[in-house]
Amino acid sequence: MELSRLEPLSSTKWRRPPEGGMRVPAIIFGDEALVRAMDEKVLEQISNVARLPGIVGAAYAMPDAHWGYGFPIGGVAAFDPDEGGVVSAGGVGFDISCGVRTLLTGLKRGDIEPQKEALAGRLYETIPAGLGSTGKIRLDEIEMDRMLSGGARWAIERGWGRSEDLDRIEEGGAMPGARPEHVSHRARQRQMDEMGTLGSGNHYLEVQEIAAIHDGALGKAFGLVRGEMVISIHCGSRGLGHQIGTEFLREMAVAAPAAGITLPDRELACAPARSELGERYLGAMRAAINCAFANRQILTHLTRTVFREFFAEASLSLLFDVSHNTAKEEEHEVAGERRPLLVHRKGATRAFGARHEGLPDAFAATGQPVFIGGSMGTPSAIMVGPERRPEEAFASSCHGAGRAMSRHQALRLWHGRQVVDELRERGIIVKSPSLRGVAEEAPGAYKDSLAVVEAAHLAGLSRKVATLDPLLCIKG
Amino acid sequence: MRESPKKPRSESAPRAELFAHGADIGVRGIGPTPASAFEEGALALVMAITDPARVAAESAVEIRCEAPDLGLLFLDWLNALIYEMAVRRFLFGRFAVRVDPSTGSGHRLFARAWGEPVDRVRHAPAVEPKGATLTALKVEFRDGAWVAECVVDV
Repeated sequence: MELSRLEPLSSTKWRRPPEGGMRVPAIIFGDEALVRAMDEKVLEQISNVARLPGIVGAAYAMPDAHWGYGFPIGGVAAFDPDEGGVVSAGGVGFDISCGVRTLLTGLKRGDIEPQKEALAGRLYETIPAGLGSTGKIRLDEIEMDRMLSGGARWAIERGWGRSEDLDRIEEGGAMPGARPEHVSHRARQRQMDEMGTLGSGNHYLEVQEIAAIHDGALGKAFGLVRGEMVISIHCGSRGLGHQIGTEFLREMAVAAPAAGITLPDRELACAPARSELGERYLGAMRAAINCAFANRQILTHLTRTVFREFFAEASLSLLFDVSHNTAKEEEHEVAGERRPLLVHRKGATRAFGARHEGLPDAFAATGQPVFIGGSMGTPSAIMVGPERRPEEAFASSCHGAGRAMSRHQALRLWHGRQVVDELRERGIIVKSPSLRGVAEEAPGAYKDSLAVVEAAHLAGLSRKVATLDPLLCIKG
Repeated sequence: MRESPKKPRSESAPRAELFAHGADIGVRGIGPTPASAFEEGALALVMAITDPARVAAESAVEIRCEAPDLGLLFLDWLNALIYEMAVRRFLFGRFAVRVDPSTGSGHRLFARAWGEPVDRVRHAPAVEPKGATLTALKVEFRDGAWVAECVVDV
């Protein structure tokens, strides 16, 4: 990205002043190297977001931002529904509530190392991954409605988890305001046998070692011990969310002119949040959030089942579950005034700091964990919501390393077999149904995850707590 | 994966291409008619997942779409295929499309797609398409051929 159009506000914060119809400035987080390496499309897309009706404060791009559709991936924007603010299906994305949860094992690397081949094999057999895979759960219409209202709570009532898990999921595992009746027949059909499936692309289940603790007190509060193993699961609302995104993106694009919305680009399709279409989308999107909660809960159950076969004493307690692709009603301070806003985070993580009223009791004193995913061979990180008030970017932080190149470019540089073999030499086992998929997701196709984490830390978006090194990866 | 040409080609020979996008994949169909470009665009969608030559034409699915403009018609066509592949656990490898000229209510598409159930070993699907997006969505006559293209979220 050419920096000449940006004003540096700090070493990790850059501002594009409002121009050409922008209602607010665009703010990009990242050190100079990260921002220079970003595609020009990131600035174009986040500047277009700044043109949308009812936007408040600024349109933000996180340090892991890259070219998306509508909003950039790593885009954050808040709209005031009472001031004509919009809700955007493209601002949430197709994989609604795609997110990460991390489980603590209490096991050391030495416990797992002798059995890692067998463990990887059993996880790969048990966790359905990739296109064409199905779960063992079949939902009829009644159960589908219950799942869409109940989220992880529904899953736990069916025996796929423990009640204490709910205290460690955003919204207590059940998103209020879900309207299953706004979820189409087609979206339901896509989900009928996809409960408890990982999906493909950048979705994964990883067994990771806690390689470093950067904040001893927070590490202790989160139950993180250097040298112990954790499990991270990255996936979302599967076919149901994809279909909801598909249907509403089109409907919003067609309806925008009649709603008096002039779109800078049709890909920014949106509707007034208080309109019939906006309310209908929000009800369906919240139901998809519950689908994602339930899906990750079932995957947690499957993971626990496998681990019990190998380590009877490992309880696999849930540290936390965060969502990346959402639009949520939250109260934030804007120019000294608290206002109810609709905060879109697309490829961005909510990052509430300590004492935030939206936190569960477990994190009231610490702030919420924020998970930054690596890519098979690169470190992941656990961060925490910032202490600063008001928080930057409506209490948001990055969500992963972010792609540094297209899938197209990655295929020119790597072969899947080569990636798997090189990782194996480093002691990392990757299991995937597709070697081409592995090549497209090669570690080198992503930005330096630790540089992204450092930039988020320096920018005050979230604070470093721990770094995780991969050991096993089940890739969709 | 076939690459996009560096310069637009002038010939209208039907062909399917993928083009680069940050996290997702761009699909492009080129042909002498909109229908041909739509067929090739569908083939490009399959190329993002697997080698279409590996997909046997065992059975057919009929698809109909209607949209106010050709761009949205292409979007609907790809999304209809994504839906059918998802719920049938299917891959398609061959397509026959007819696009009727615009009437008062818009453009209409009638199509048949041939394919088979996903074989995870033989097809080794690289990605799962989530949906076709409005990003880079274009259906236009360009350099002597019809081009239909957009970014697909994978």
